[in-house]
Amino acid sequence: MITERKIDLTGLKCPMPIVQLAKLIKELDAGEEFTATADDPAFCLDVESWCNKTGHELIRLEDSNERLVAVIRKKISEVE
Amino acid sequence: MALEIETVSPETIATMEQRIEELEKKQKNTADVNALSMVVFSGELDKLLAAFVIATGAAACGMRVSMFFTFWGAAALKKSGPQAKGKSIVERMFGCLLPGGLGKRKLSKLEMLGVGRQLMTREMAKKNVASLPELIETAKELGVGINICQMSMSLMGIQAEELIDYPGMGYCGVANLVEQSSSSNTTMFI
Repeated sequence: MITERKIDLTGLKCPMPIVQLAKLIKELDAGEEFTATADDPAFCLDVESWCNKTGHELIRLEDSNERLVAVIRKKISEVE
Repeated sequence: MALEIETVSPETIATMEQRIEELEKKQKNTADVNALSMVVFSGELDKLLAAFVIATGAAACGMRVSMFFTFWGAAALKKSGPQAKGKSIVERMFGCLLPGGLGKRKLSKLEMLGVGRQLMTREMAKKNVASLPELIETAKELGVGINICQMSMSLMGIQAEELIDYPGMGYCGVANLVEQSSSSNTTMFI
């Protein structure tokens, strides 16, 4: 079953947005997508780096009026 | 097309197994790009904040993080409360000069007899920047490892019961740090 997951990271400052992403991703199934909203300007580059480092896929990143919306898909397999 | 199957001699298999074993051993000894080792030497609030932001951020990125607290860093992890019993006069003096409690950590700059720190702490709360206790709680949740330099503890008369409660906190020496550091691709000194 695919349900749309959302997380609001508004107001959080570094490193808490990615800490929250790390906590949320554990609850998701492989391949599941979620949307994260943030307003910390650092989140723009950080979410990209976080995805590069963890291997989860950054599907979309929108930056409009200081509101950042990222769509992330959890990676299929844990590659060691 | 017929499939050709080559028979492999037991000697070849033995050589291959040996080579695999050697490679696995080599692989085991290479630094892990997903590991971060940190030496926290400083005990000032700003430097501790930087150390824990990096540690929790790296752990959130899926890295194995281990922090080694030495000297002022070790003393900075003392919790508030009375000193432990059985200390020498000099150790008690060190205990008084290095008071416990995360809230007592000073800034390395702009401390201004506590005024600067108060302003900084107020701004942090206003701007929703995580405080030191919050970051330490996050480090716990994310499984960041903390080890304390036993030599620093003995030198300053710090006893384990005087330190903050942290799951799996270890008390060790430089060999442990060297092992952690050499198996991590990155080591920081703060």
